[in-house]
Amino acid sequence: MQHGKYRFIVGFLVAPLALYAIFVIWPFVQAIYYSFTDWTGLSPDFKMVGFANYTRMLHDDIFWKSLQHSLLFALLLPLVTLGLALFFAFMLNVGGRRRKGAAITGVRGSGFYKIAYFFPQVLSIAIVSLLFQFAYNPNDGVINGTLKAIGLGSVQPDWLGDPNLALWCVMAVLLWSTVGFFVVLFSAGMASIPKDFYEAALLDGASRATTFFKITLPLLWDTVQSGWVYMGILALGAEAFAAVQIMTVGPGGPDYSTTVLPLYVYQSAFRDANAAYATTIGVALLIVTLLFAAIVMRLGRRERLEF
Amino acid sequence: MGSTSAENSNTEGVGRRDLIKRSAALGLISVPTMSFLSACASSDSGSGDKAKAGKKTTKNPLGVNETAPLAVVIFDGGFGTKYATDANAQYKTAYPKAKVNFHATQKIQSELQPKFNGGTPPDLIDNSGAQQMDMGVLVGKKQLTDLTPLLDAPSIDDPSKKVRDTLRPGIVEMGQFDGAPVWIMYYAYTVYGVWYSQTALDKLDATYPETWDAMLALCEKAKKKGIAGWTYAGKYPYYLPFSLYPFIAKIGGREVLDKIDNLEPNAWKDPAVKSAFEAYYELYKKGYILQGTPGIDHIQSQTAWAKGKALFIPNGSWVENESANVIPKDFNLAVSGPTGLDSSDKMPFGTIWASGGEPFIVPAKANNPEGGMEQLRIMLSEASSKNFTSQVKSLTAYNGGTDGITLTPGLKSGVAALDKAGTNVVNPRLQDWYVKLQKEQIGVAGLGEMMAGRLTPAEAIKKIQGYADAAAKDQSIKHYKHQ
Repeated sequence: MQHGKYRFIVGFLVAPLALYAIFVIWPFVQAIYYSFTDWTGLSPDFKMVGFANYTRMLHDDIFWKSLQHSLLFALLLPLVTLGLALFFAFMLNVGGRRRKGAAITGVRGSGFYKIAYFFPQVLSIAIVSLLFQFAYNPNDGVINGTLKAIGLGSVQPDWLGDPNLALWCVMAVLLWSTVGFFVVLFSAGMASIPKDFYEAALLDGASRATTFFKITLPLLWDTVQSGWVYMGILALGAEAFAAVQIMTVGPGGPDYSTTVLPLYVYQSAFRDANAAYATTIGVALLIVTLLFAAIVMRLGRRERLEF
Repeated sequence: MGSTSAENSNTEGVGRRDLIKRSAALGLISVPTMSFLSACASSDSGSGDKAKAGKKTTKNPLGVNETAPLAVVIFDGGFGTKYATDANAQYKTAYPKAKVNFHATQKIQSELQPKFNGGTPPDLIDNSGAQQMDMGVLVGKKQLTDLTPLLDAPSIDDPSKKVRDTLRPGIVEMGQFDGAPVWIMYYAYTVYGVWYSQTALDKLDATYPETWDAMLALCEKAKKKGIAGWTYAGKYPYYLPFSLYPFIAKIGGREVLDKIDNLEPNAWKDPAVKSAFEAYYELYKKGYILQGTPGIDHIQSQTAWAKGKALFIPNGSWVENESANVIPKDFNLAVSGPTGLDSSDKMPFGTIWASGGEPFIVPAKANNPEGGMEQLRIMLSEASSKNFTSQVKSLTAYNGGTDGITLTPGLKSGVAALDKAGTNVVNPRLQDWYVKLQKEQIGVAGLGEMMAGRLTPAEAIKKIQGYADAAAKDQSIKHYKHQ
């Protein structure tokens, strides 16, 4: 058995590892290589320029602004989304009034809410962004229309057109479109926590908040942690890009108030035909993403509870 | 590999053998990776064998090889593709032995970039749309064919005339970047300016204002009736230059725009720029801009304007097609050159911005460049031009081609505006030379902020001059000058 072990394992792993190397590792290596060239992306000739792209990036105000926004997204968005999702999931599963026959139960109509919360997940981010673009229309959009209807006709913000509000508008859209997924994820996690724990705690006179912090959260920690990484990557990557690209002024504006790293990568590569500089920013984005994942894993390390 | 060594390495962390094994594995990965790397972007040799040129005859002045296949890629956008397939069918009739491959797409860049990198581009491309490939880079990297033979070839309609002499003003110049070669053939012809509804003006007993005081008076009159004077694509404030740039030229002469295009120091500090900016800022200050404009996109602004919420919108002639479903039947769409400041302006009222759209290119490494140019020559005939105009409500680069077809109100007004302008057609080049500067920096960060009231004209000018200076210094972009 021992004898053929390696050959056996290698036999199974070689195909997936080769695929991984070709389609994941190789593009990474390639991108890093191109970041040291002056490749335009439109012609096959280019030359090495050393660290020129990196020096340029470090002196580029727009890069720092994009980085700042991306970091804000990566820190704030998971916090708010997961917090809200945890709250909703708790209410749906444990938060209800005591009813006959069950010690713990969700709020009334929790089955309906579960579907309602999950619904935005069915729509792609592109469609969600388009819908909100109409809602944010300061001229005849839903939000300002509602404000007018309830007598706040004097408060008619420009939403996406206002540099102080635009970034928050984008975040709200991402929050709306992702929170439902985590509600369902956490609900599933909570359903697997044995009911006796709650019953015992309630018998001891624990309040709902105590049961949440002492029972639900610790037993759900693994799920929360992976949710955190997933949400952070989403906020640093494609979803944030799509929302900004579709909804915002410019896009990335007004006056660079919503620009994010992936948008800057896209613009450098496909608008400015400076693929080398785009890959340089891409490398920076890679580092930020890896750091984020490492920090979350490190901070979140806890003893695993068996139950 | 014995079981003992496996156990040993488990206890000692990374054992000696493991280290060797792992580094060998790494080497296995990295060696092919490096050769891949050098292969990917630099596979420039490609299939360099071009089709042999055919014999030049009077019917075939470009010397097209009658049997060589022709590959055409068309942008499938607002103009559709019918006009191109029609012209393509004509090519097939003229050269029945040639195999013609026609392809329409919206993803110009993602489909064609690999072909340019691989050295196998098609023979004719309509490089248009959101995924347009950067012309400056294509020219700078010698990826395009000089179209001078096409321009010097006799036109289809009148063999005594060269194609060059049948085109509208500015078309040839727009295809040049530095020096004589013409790299791009713009096929559509766009009129930019202030678009409005003649019906709406009639209701206010007004005509289109020729001086800024008259403009302000008209806006005041409209405001009293609850109509805003102006709206624009707030999310894409680079629509504002469509009327602002010719306004600057009208005040200070076309040299001011040339200096701006040439990125000369202090070009934006010209008094004409200051007056024009201040005039536009006054629209904001007096509340003549439709409420919420900074937060709406081009479609939303055009819809609000078509619904009669605002009188004027800076736009291009595509607006008639783009907003066709919201423009009411009795709208009576019209366009005018920008309102001037006063009688001291250097250029007369009617000065307008008009230029080519739908850039067609023939790649340098195309297999059949003569075929690509011949296809363009067919498209530049009067019949093809008329076909295009009647299908998509836009003029073409062919000068004329509007007789005998019914023109829509906007198109008719565009033709009239061009007649009125005569030689006073300006053609600012920032938007094709320096896309980032024009759209993101001047448009969004400069004009957009000023029109939303967050910058004063003086601050906006200072900011824009800073961007222009930075662009002039940036060695990673190619710089151009007016000839």
